Order: sequence, then C-alpha cells, then structure tokens
Amino acid sequence: MSGHESTYTPNSAFERWLDKRLPIIRFANDTAISFPTPKNLNYWYVFGGILAVCLAIQIITGVILAMHYEASVDGAFASVERIMRDVPFGWLLRYIHANGASMFFLAVYIHMFRGLYYGSYKAPREVLWILGCIIYLLMMATAFLGYMLPWGQMSYHGANVITGLFGAIPLVGESLQTWILGGPSIGNQTLQRFFSLHYLLPFMIAAVVILHIWALHVPGNNNPTGVEVQDVEKDTVPFHPYYTVKDGFAIAVFLIMFAVFVFYAPTVLGHADNYVEANPLVTPSHIVPEWYMLPFYAILRAITFDLGPIDAKLLGVIFMFAAIAILFVVPWLDTSKVKSMRYRPVARQFFLGFVVVCVLLGWCGAANPDDPVIPALQGEASLVVSYTDAAGAAASSTYRGGDEAFTAAEAFIATLPVTANASLEAVPAPAFAFRHLSLILTFMYFGYFVLLFFLGLSEKTKPLPESIHKSVLKAHKPKTGTAVPAE
Amino acid sequence: MTAETTHPTTETVDDDRRNFIHIATGAVALGGAGMFAWAAVDQWSPAADTKAASSLDVDVSKVPMGGEIRVLIGGKPFFIRHRTEAEISAAETVNLAALPDPETDADRLRAKADGTFNKTILVTSGACTHLGCVPVGPSQGNTGDFGGWYCPCHGSHYDTSGRIRKGPAPSNLPVPDYRWVSDSVVNISL
Repeated sequence: MSGHESTYTPNSAFERWLDKRLPIIRFANDTAISFPTPKNLNYWYVFGGILAVCLAIQIITGVILAMHYEASVDGAFASVERIMRDVPFGWLLRYIHANGASMFFLAVYIHMFRGLYYGSYKAPREVLWILGCIIYLLMMATAFLGYMLPWGQMSYHGANVITGLFGAIPLVGESLQTWILGGPSIGNQTLQRFFSLHYLLPFMIAAVVILHIWALHVPGNNNPTGVEVQDVEKDTVPFHPYYTVKDGFAIAVFLIMFAVFVFYAPTVLGHADNYVEANPLVTPSHIVPEWYMLPFYAILRAITFDLGPIDAKLLGVIFMFAAIAILFVVPWLDTSKVKSMRYRPVARQFFLGFVVVCVLLGWCGAANPDDPVIPALQGEASLVVSYTDAAGAAASSTYRGGDEAFTAAEAFIATLPVTANASLEAVPAPAFAFRHLSLILTFMYFGYFVLLFFLGLSEKTKPLPESIHKSVLKAHKPKTGTAVPAE
Repeated sequence: MTAETTHPTTETVDDDRRNFIHIATGAVALGGAGMFAWAAVDQWSPAADTKAASSLDVDVSKVPMGGEIRVLIGGKPFFIRHRTEAEISAAETVNLAALPDPETDADRLRAKADGTFNKTILVTSGACTHLGCVPVGPSQGNTGDFGGWYCPCHGSHYDTSGRIRKGPAPSNLPVPDYRWVSDSVVNISL
C-alpha cells in the first residue's frame, strides 16, 4: 500500500550514497520485498505474476524472431519456414512464441475471471481494473497483428475478415478500411505496418503493466474475502518471501504445462491451413481465429438480423466490440457493496453460469454456424426441386426418403420444360444450429452484466468477516468432535 | 485578469504579456503537433505506386471458350469468363422477377467503343458478396447449380451472368469499372 512506511535501511556506504541520488533499491524493496500483502490470497491470485512472465517470454522470443523474419509478401512465409528448419533453435523459439500467445491468453482469462469473482474491480480499484482492460485490448490487437506475420492462408484470410469489419462502418467504413490496409486489399504495405505495430504494442503493454502495478500498490491487493486490510500487522504479510515463493511455485507449474505444449503438442492450438502460403485467389473453406478470439467471433456471427437502419453485419461488429467495452464499465454496473462472490450466494451462481457461457461461446466460434449443435437430433435431409412454373413464378417440390426420392425428383424434372430452369438441391432438415445457440449465449453474456446491476440492489448477502485476520482464524478453527491426538 | 500584479521581487509582471506568450506558444506547439499528426496518419493511405497498380489491361482473346481467367488487381480477384452460346442464352432467358438481385444480362456488360456488345466476355469481381471468399468456377470443375460460380465457404450459387441465385450472398458479383480498349483488350480498374 502506498501509505506503508519504507523499511529499507541502506547497509553499505555505496547503498547510502545511491539512496540519496537514485533510491532505486529502496523502491524495489518497498514494492517487491516488504510490500504488505493480505495473508489470505489463494492460488487464483498467482496469475498476475504468471502474466508478467508471459509478457517477458513473448518480448524476448519475439525480439529474437524479428532478427530472422522478413516482412515482405515474397519472403515472409519462406523466412518463417527457414526459422523452423535452418536457424539454430529457431523451431524452439518460434514454438515458444506461438504457444506463448495461447498461454498468455489462458492466464489473462483466469486472471480476469478471478477479478470478476472477487469483485476486484470495485472501489477503490476501478482504475486498476480499467488499466487491465486496456492491457487485454492491446493483447488482442498484438495477437491479431502477429497472426498475420507468417503469411499463411489463415493469416491472410483471417486478416481479410477482420479488416473487412471496419468496412461495415457506415459512411467512413470503406475509406477507413483502405487506410488501414494501405491499398485496395491486403498487400506488402499491410504486412509491413502490421509487423511494425506488432513489435511496438508489447512495449506499450509493458508500459500499461507498470501503471497497472502502480494502481495496484496504491490501495493494495484485494483478497478472497473482499474485506479491506484494517490492521497491517495482523492482516498482511510481506510480499517476500510469502508471495514471491507462492508465485514462484505457481510460475514453475505453469511453465511445465507450457513446456508440455511446446515439446509435445506445439501445433495443436494452431491451424494446419496456416502452413499453406497465403493465396488471395483461394479461400480456406472454414475461416476461424485462434481459440482465444473465438467467443467474440461467435458473437460477431450470432447477429444475423437487421435492426432498423443497422444491417446485420454492422450490428454484429457493434455487439462484438460492446462485449469488450462492457468490461470497462463493470465497476459501475455492479451495484453490490459486497465485493467477493463468496458472500453473494445468488450472484455466485450466475457468475459460474457466465463462465460456462463464455466457454460455450468459444465452442460456437469454432463451429460452422449452420451445423446442428447435436447432430443426432438432425432430421433427414429432403430433396427440393426449384423451378419456374408456367405462370413465371418460382415454385418448388419436395421429396423425402432414400433412393426413391431421388428417382422421383429426377422424373419430375424430366417432365418440366427447359425454360422452367429446374434445379435439384438437398435441403437439411431444420435443426438447432450453432448460430441459434450463439445468439442465445450472446444475450446471456450481456445479460450477466445487466443482472449484476439489479442483483446488487436486491440480493441478500452473507455476513462479511470482521477482518482478514479473523476470517483466516475461522477457516483454521479445529473441527468439533473427537480430537485425534497427534502420533 | 488584472493588467499588472506585483511580484515578490522588485520587477512588476505584465500578466497580459505572459498570457499572450503562453497562448502563442501553446498554439504553435498544437499546430505543429497537428501538422505532424496529419503526415503520420496520411502515410498509411495508399502510396502512389499502389494506386498506379490499380488498373490492368487484359487480353481477353486468350480466354478459352467455356472457361475463364482470374486476375488480381491491387490484390483483388476478378473473373473474365468466355461464355458459350448456351450460357449466354441461359443468362438472358432467366425470369428477372425470380432473382434476389434483379439485373438483366445486358446491364452487366459494357459496350465497346463502337457501341456494340461482346456478349461472350463477362467481367466480374471475384469476391463473393457474402464474406469475400473467392468462388470456384469452370477451372475448378464446379460451377454450382446455375452454371456460373459456386462459393464453397457458405454455399452461394451464381449464374452465368454472375448473378446471385441461391445462398446467403446478398447481391450479384459486382461488375468492375472496365472499358474495351480494343476488340480483344479490356482495361479493368478498381
């Protein structure tokens, strides 16, 4: 906490000399050694440290990869293959960087859900939360820009879809899209600017991380009870060694999982299509973003209806950006005075539902929107003959069944005149498709935040512990019943 | 604002003069930043060489009958199709009222310099109007239900005039801005 008194005593003549000129050792001591931290932080609180490690890994491997990468449409794909095959340990560095992006997002999602669960966005930590949202936005921008660099099929066509979203903006959309691409379509100039920005943004993330930590150290950490520190002596422990060791252990476990991906399944999170060089004339049949973007992609595609003058495409874009924008205002949407969901039995259930909704949205984002959610419930397809009748109007005739239906349909077409322009098509039976599920989940996603507003006004919460100290003692109270003597 | 206030030192401070200097300095700084921002933003606009590459002369006499060629102009795909007699008549006889985006075949052709039409050559954009995928055509062995193009991404069918007939695409394949330079060469521009 910003108020805490410095406990640093320079021990050597040099330290005393330096402390008067640049008190950097004092600063490090006060922020990372003696910083008073609530004594009840659980393992959900280790992801901040893990994220700092992720950022460092991405910057280090990224700077090295940039030494071997060539940002040109003719050389990009080949230079990435060269990194994989010819550059000493290039395969390792690239696999760490590519999987590192996934690990980074995995950690940030857990970190964000942690914040939502324990109410870490509430006063006095609103600025801390907003800075976190900015970091998340920058991370998504960086990941999107970086995904274009290998210049594979998914890089090119994925970027085409996403930059195309700007084209949906009325009036200025088309010129904005041309400006972003630097030409009528994605070309060399686009790749070069994306590379430049992909190199820049991580340093901007690092800068916002510094602000994020600053904003954390002013009020100090939230904790699972959501009760603020009242007595620094009783409620807190120094950051070192208590949390340096706890975070360190968690980082080690996380890095082991990271290494399992890098060494045993380095491509499992990617798409095979991206190992085919970008070709503007051939579109992959199924364009999907990386897994960490899928829930937003699902929201984008869930909107298939127009709303007044806003067409479906623009509405999808609005909803997708709103899904991120709403996070910025959560501190003011949640009206409850109680921070932690531990003491909000009703909100807690909805929070768990919200996590499930986010995961399911990810599932929808990966699926083809027209596929049935449960294939077993899909009825039999029917054959439909569409033709123009004698009066010149469109008409159709439906056939169901196996081979006989096809024979019957063929026979019917044979009876029609050439001018009827008959065509035969297999129409799948109506089913509950992913686009229906996506739409329902989209409304549930936004519904959660609306619910937080009203729930906070009416919910009956459980009694809060008097202090962090008391809650820790209570949790470790010996169980009633027969005491088993120690052996 | 008072014109003059006394300063702890012996000299008097002219506040008007100070304000003038502050405002003038701020205005110059802001103007400079604005002018630089203009340059910093505009450098992302299409460069002269990119713009220069936004039109192309295509020799259409090389396109085989019943086939097509695909050209990229500024990275955007275009189809140049050499239609057979049957394909032309199929495009002309269609019932306009039944089309999702009604347009006659003649609407989708451009006159040559002498005012006549070459119905055998059809020039269209090569980006599906649904989500911008590139449809497959005669060279890929799939022309869809209506003999034109088929988009494998979400199943849009186009006819031999490049008009949408079935599927999620909202409109016909746009006809680009092109003109006949001679009897066998068209100039397509973005």
